[in-house]
Amino acid sequence: MTDRPNVSGSLRNRLALTLIGGAALLAILLFFAVRNYAVQVAQQGQDNILVASVTSMLDAAAIRDGTVEVDIPYAAFSMLTTSADDRVFYSVFQDGNLLSGYGDLSLANDTFGGNKTFQTNKVRGATVRQISASRTLIGANKRTEIQIALAQTQDALSETLDQISRNAALLGIGFFALTAALSFWATSSTMGQLNKLTTSVTRRGPQDLSPFKKPVPREMAPLVNSLNSLMGRLDHSLGQSEDFIAEAAHRVRTPLATVRSYAEATLQRVDKEENREAMRSMVRAIDESSRAAGQLLDHAMITFRADHLEREEIDLVELVRDLVLRLTPIAEMKDLTLAVYGDEQVRYAGDPILIQSAVRNLVDNAMKYGPADSEIDISVTANPRPEIKVCDNGPGFPTQEIDTLATRFKRGKNAEDTIGSGLGLTIVQDVATAHGGSIKLTNQREGGACVTFSL
Amino acid sequence: MRYILALAISMFAFAVAAQDWEDRQVFNQGASNSPLRIISSTDTDLFAPILQSFVARNPSISIEYLVTGTADIDRRFRANPEAFDIAISSAMDLQLKLANDGFARSLQEVSHPAWAQWRQSLFAFTSEPAAIVINKAAFAGHPIPKSRQDLIEALRARPDVFRDRVGTYDVRQSGLGYLFATQDARASETFWRLMEVMGSLNVRLYCCSGDMIDDLTDGTIAVAYNVLGSYAAARVESQSALEIVLPSDFPTTMMRTAFVSEETTKPEVAETFIQHLVAQQSNTNGEKQLLPSLDVPGNGRERATIALEPALMTFLDRLKRTKFLAEWEDALIQE
Repeated sequence: MTDRPNVSGSLRNRLALTLIGGAALLAILLFFAVRNYAVQVAQQGQDNILVASVTSMLDAAAIRDGTVEVDIPYAAFSMLTTSADDRVFYSVFQDGNLLSGYGDLSLANDTFGGNKTFQTNKVRGATVRQISASRTLIGANKRTEIQIALAQTQDALSETLDQISRNAALLGIGFFALTAALSFWATSSTMGQLNKLTTSVTRRGPQDLSPFKKPVPREMAPLVNSLNSLMGRLDHSLGQSEDFIAEAAHRVRTPLATVRSYAEATLQRVDKEENREAMRSMVRAIDESSRAAGQLLDHAMITFRADHLEREEIDLVELVRDLVLRLTPIAEMKDLTLAVYGDEQVRYAGDPILIQSAVRNLVDNAMKYGPADSEIDISVTANPRPEIKVCDNGPGFPTQEIDTLATRFKRGKNAEDTIGSGLGLTIVQDVATAHGGSIKLTNQREGGACVTFSL
Repeated sequence: MRYILALAISMFAFAVAAQDWEDRQVFNQGASNSPLRIISSTDTDLFAPILQSFVARNPSISIEYLVTGTADIDRRFRANPEAFDIAISSAMDLQLKLANDGFARSLQEVSHPAWAQWRQSLFAFTSEPAAIVINKAAFAGHPIPKSRQDLIEALRARPDVFRDRVGTYDVRQSGLGYLFATQDARASETFWRLMEVMGSLNVRLYCCSGDMIDDLTDGTIAVAYNVLGSYAAARVESQSALEIVLPSDFPTTMMRTAFVSEETTKPEVAETFIQHLVAQQSNTNGEKQLLPSLDVPGNGRERATIALEPALMTFLDRLKRTKFLAEWEDALIQE
């Protein structure tokens, strides 16, 4: 009855993914920003100490008795002590010639005139931070440039950076976890509004096509608006159909009944045999039209009502007896007897109008095919399922078509000379399906057809 | 002139001796493997208990123990770092510079407090103060000096008694002597005044603690300055004649250090040995030790123990050393 909607993607997943993806991106950015900043700060710290150390060394340079002395202060290297015991390399040059220190540590290119240059180098297989600095010494009769290269490994620095990286990573992960939790919460609270709307649509009664009045978030207002307008139109067109059906039934049946009564009356007055025959044909044709119109209307009504099944507690036996009472005059016209058997009372919750029309169609069919002076048996039983069985003494169903007979506008092969639109069994079938039941067509051994209508 | 001659002779003797060792012993000779080569400045008899307990625990390992001076260790090791597995020396500055220059191997399995190791490659295992060692006979009837200032006054008071009878390290030859002298000079001006007094008394200069204690024991000299007290204390026969004074003004305490050569062919065995060494020396309540154990620098004594830090390289700078030796010679050697 309801088609599964064409689902493509999930709004919740898309929202959660976007939020979590954004959070992950931000966390990674945060991590790198913090780490980058820490690298700068830590490097700045090491550079400052190197500057202080090299400055104290340069300050200790002096010309005495015409020779250069560099009396390196104990503190110059002492201040380079780190927790990771970083290695220290240095070299002292005078005008580019090595005076003392490590020969494999060379100056930066532009070390003159008080320049200080930082480099990251490799010395003896270790990565070092190197500063090259110089100082001009002025003696009695000469001018000379003292240049010092000082390098320190970066073990303590990388230890610090590792620690900061760990902390930054923890910060990033914490930030991400918090944001992820928040996005889950945000997603489900947003989706909650949609779910609420869905629930209130689902919970509505079949006849309830009134507009939604509960407050919804602004973004959902267009959806609710179009839903409301759709239901409005639906309500309107359903009302129109119902009116049309009632109108059509009235407009078609009443004039036909009038015409028929006129024809009957005329038949009484006409004496000429050929005219009487013509009048009888006319009455038969009118009956056929009236019946077809009735069945069409029945069917339309069933289609409409079956979509919005309204169940109420009824007694099937009482319903059948009522119907038999109403149909007895027609049966007597054909010299048929209607007999009701079965249980005293069969309680069932169903749509009485639909069930009535189904049973009427069954009895109608039976009266159509049943030969004169025969009996039509209607039995109503409660166990194992509520069941109404109608049997006649007619020719029975053609065995090869027994399965396809209940399709719309199809009639049995042997029915060509009988009035009918082919809708009868279809109506019965539809009513049974709407109530979750079924019909079964069988032939009696001694002749005659049986239809079992079970609910 | 005499000084130049003495220096020339000593340099010559040094050069000849360089091919040789002060001592050379193999422990656990029976083991088939090639021996663990240890180059050390510590006398064999002081170090033997540690070596013996090590080979007792590791019977498959033999040890070749080579003894030479601290400066010589530095020279030989730099020339042939692959020839030795472990270097042990009392010259902390030279050892630290070897480690700084990349000759020492980093040992991750040795756990040692931060103040007693450097870069997890240089490990200290003794605490030994520099002492003034006195022949009691020379101070009979006179108070024993307790500080450098006392010593200066005592020497000045009786120059005739002490002329030619004071001794100290020749810092030009001895790495440990140079370390003690430079640390003393950093600590106080008293050092230079003491050197001047000693110089005026025609000081005798020694390459090694052992020789100094020999001369002190037989009365050739009456006072030795900056000797390792542990060496004096280890001489049972000297103990009655000698008095070991730890200067009360500022004691200078050295830590003997060991490291494994970066180019060793037996890194696991060498590391095991270092573990054994630091464990033996930290465990003070065991059997009697000949070498002093490693003492945690206590309150108020931080200045006393020379710290393992890059600053030790300061006085090894060529210019700085030249300057210091010039001052030292000016003070001590008087023509």
